[in-house]
Amino acid sequence: MSVKLNTEKYMKYWRTPLDIDKIKIPRGELHIIKERCKGCGFCVEYCPKDVLKLSDEFNAKGYHPPEVVKPGECVNCDLCEMLCPDFAIFCIRVEDNPKEVVR
Amino acid sequence: MSTQVAPPEVEKHPMEYLLRMDRIPHIWCPTCGLGTTVTALASALEQLKIDLNKVAVFSGIGCTGRVAGYMKLDSFHTTHGRALPFAAGFHIARPDMKVIVFSGDGDLISIGGNHFIHSARRNLDITVICVNNFIYAMTGGQVAPTTPITAITATSPHGCYEHPFNLPLLAASSGAVYVARWTALHIRRLTNAIKEAITKRGFSFVEVIAPCSTLYARLNKLGTGLDLMKFYHENSIIQHGANLSEVDIDYQSKIVVGKFVDIEKPTYLDCMNAGMKRKFGDKYKPYGGADGNN
Amino acid sequence: MKADPRNVLTGIHYLDGNHASAEGAIAAGCKFFAGYPITPSTEIAERFARRIPLVGGVFIQMEDELASMNAILGASWGGVKSMTCTSGPGFSLMMENFGLGWMLETPGVLVNVQRGGPSTGLPTLPGQADMMQARWGSHGDYEVIALCPDSPQECFELTIQAFNLSEKYRMPVLVMSDECVGHMTEKVVIPAAEDIDLVERVYTTKSPGETWPFELMGKGITPMQPVGQGHKFHVTGLTHDYRGYPVINAEAQDKNIRHLVDKIRNHVDEITRLGEKDLEDAEIIVMSYGISSRVVQPAVARARKEGIKVGQLRLVTVWPFPEKRVRELAGKVKAMLMVEMNMGQVYFEMERCAAGQTKCYLAPHPGGTVHNPEDIYKTIKEAVK
Repeated sequence: MSVKLNTEKYMKYWRTPLDIDKIKIPRGELHIIKERCKGCGFCVEYCPKDVLKLSDEFNAKGYHPPEVVKPGECVNCDLCEMLCPDFAIFCIRVEDNPKEVVR
Repeated sequence: MSTQVAPPEVEKHPMEYLLRMDRIPHIWCPTCGLGTTVTALASALEQLKIDLNKVAVFSGIGCTGRVAGYMKLDSFHTTHGRALPFAAGFHIARPDMKVIVFSGDGDLISIGGNHFIHSARRNLDITVICVNNFIYAMTGGQVAPTTPITAITATSPHGCYEHPFNLPLLAASSGAVYVARWTALHIRRLTNAIKEAITKRGFSFVEVIAPCSTLYARLNKLGTGLDLMKFYHENSIIQHGANLSEVDIDYQSKIVVGKFVDIEKPTYLDCMNAGMKRKFGDKYKPYGGADGNN
Repeated sequence: MKADPRNVLTGIHYLDGNHASAEGAIAAGCKFFAGYPITPSTEIAERFARRIPLVGGVFIQMEDELASMNAILGASWGGVKSMTCTSGPGFSLMMENFGLGWMLETPGVLVNVQRGGPSTGLPTLPGQADMMQARWGSHGDYEVIALCPDSPQECFELTIQAFNLSEKYRMPVLVMSDECVGHMTEKVVIPAAEDIDLVERVYTTKSPGETWPFELMGKGITPMQPVGQGHKFHVTGLTHDYRGYPVINAEAQDKNIRHLVDKIRNHVDEITRLGEKDLEDAEIIVMSYGISSRVVQPAVARARKEGIKVGQLRLVTVWPFPEKRVRELAGKVKAMLMVEMNMGQVYFEMERCAAGQTKCYLAPHPGGTVHNPEDIYKTIKEAVK
């Protein structure tokens, strides 16, 4: 319980898991296809890590596509990719140095 | 950890191989549950590792009816309510192919109602995905056979007073062998349900509760499509195997979701082959497809 | 391509028109039938149900005529020759999806054994009052091919011909029979399989991705793309372009509809089949189709005996209407008389094509029984006065 864990930044444990040293939290690299987005907000609402927020910029259709506000915290859960009705965001698993790719 | 603009050879969205990219972006409104349901179907097909050449999609008329036009499979956009009989004829001619019917609540249950109950009765080996948004969205928001009592629609401007259908009960009592209901937000469970429905032999029915922002939510002042989606998700109660006569959906009430029916029953072609064998014995060659594959 | 001997009941039979139609379909290689019982067409369905399991096909009685029409389109897209049969009330129900079949350019055969109408009418008695409905019954602009048998033998032959035309022109084709011919039992000679010529569906030879469902739109009939082989095509009942994708504008409509309509209008001569008798010296031509063309024969024979120069023109294909031939004949005769078992339907086509060149007469009969030849004879005499 006294171990200072790197992961404390991301998760709060009520007790330290016994395999904490073996856990590797996945990292995800977000790809956002701005021009396809219709600003519905599903990805923003349901990201478990609150990584996304609707940006202030407009795409060609006048919608606000999402932007990453917590870089590096995406855990590749794929929920945004599955929920997006417009196929405008997807997530790729990376080992480290995730970037956010926007087009 | 920096944001960068994608290089020209950027990776494509993983689902693009299943979509007609020359027709994307699609016509559905922002927050429409249809895009999410199509993603669920695409994920299900991918996870099942099905030969995509052997899948055919049929849809009727309406917002849901446009699904056939966006999926990169042999797809047919038929007339209103007739996706099921079209698919039935196709399935009997080509039992080697997987047949998926995508239809809305109005298309499938109102004008297509007769075809629905008979296809279920015959237990044709077809997967039916019914996207239920409680309204006829494409034509401007008219009342549907699933519209809950008191809901406002374009043709029930003073509140709907007709009792709606309970779709899982209708499907199960007509003879469907797999009946499930999920909201569009239960994305992983919905994908699993679609996987099970596709692999199930017989008439499988998956009802997807989807928000309609432009018509249902707006006419009933229920907020944005996101608000409505949140409402559906938060008010859904998972009860696998629930008593089907208790899964009605009232206006802005709880929604019972889950897998309700999962039974085994011989399909239409099984019964046909068995019946003919009984009569003709060895003179009858079991039917494998009307193009001479038997 | 010749018929498959396993499908053909070669021999001399004593069959009614409906049974002969069913045999014609099976001989043509039809392997899927979806229908709904309606007098007086039900024998076609029943014969099919009896025969088809042992020739490798399927019969399914659908829940209604709407489903039947759609099921045959679906099966046709599955790669199989398919047909349905019905009568007046069911024909009305099938109209919307007949249009779908036409729009999707789907082969298939629809046999309408006409009965007395309108509405429930006379279920067990003949009529010929669906002829204009055959032409215009569905909504929108379109062309049809409609064949009218006058005997059980012709029911057999014309059903095969209907399949051939539907595969060649990629559209549903109508066989407009009637209760009299359908329930009349006569000698039917079913030839050997090698004497039956069939037209098989032309599939594309191009690979997936190299072709589109309606690639030859405006230029010809596109070979169909088979399902299940990776073509992953899309077809829709909406106005579409050569890719099969819906395009909702006037330009696409122009291209799409002209293509569909010209498919038939540019080939009327190849499609038209007429029966002509004694036309060379005729001063009055009696035009008829189906059972009526047998009923006119005694009237015509009697008139001929009295010296009236009567010629007979039998429309085996009522649609597309043989405009050219009728215009040509109208210029040479004093009168033309249409004998049909309705209150005037194809008559108006005859009158239109006669274009004032000759006097036009109609011998109407609302149905329930065939004409009395005496009445036809009287009308002939009236016409040549």
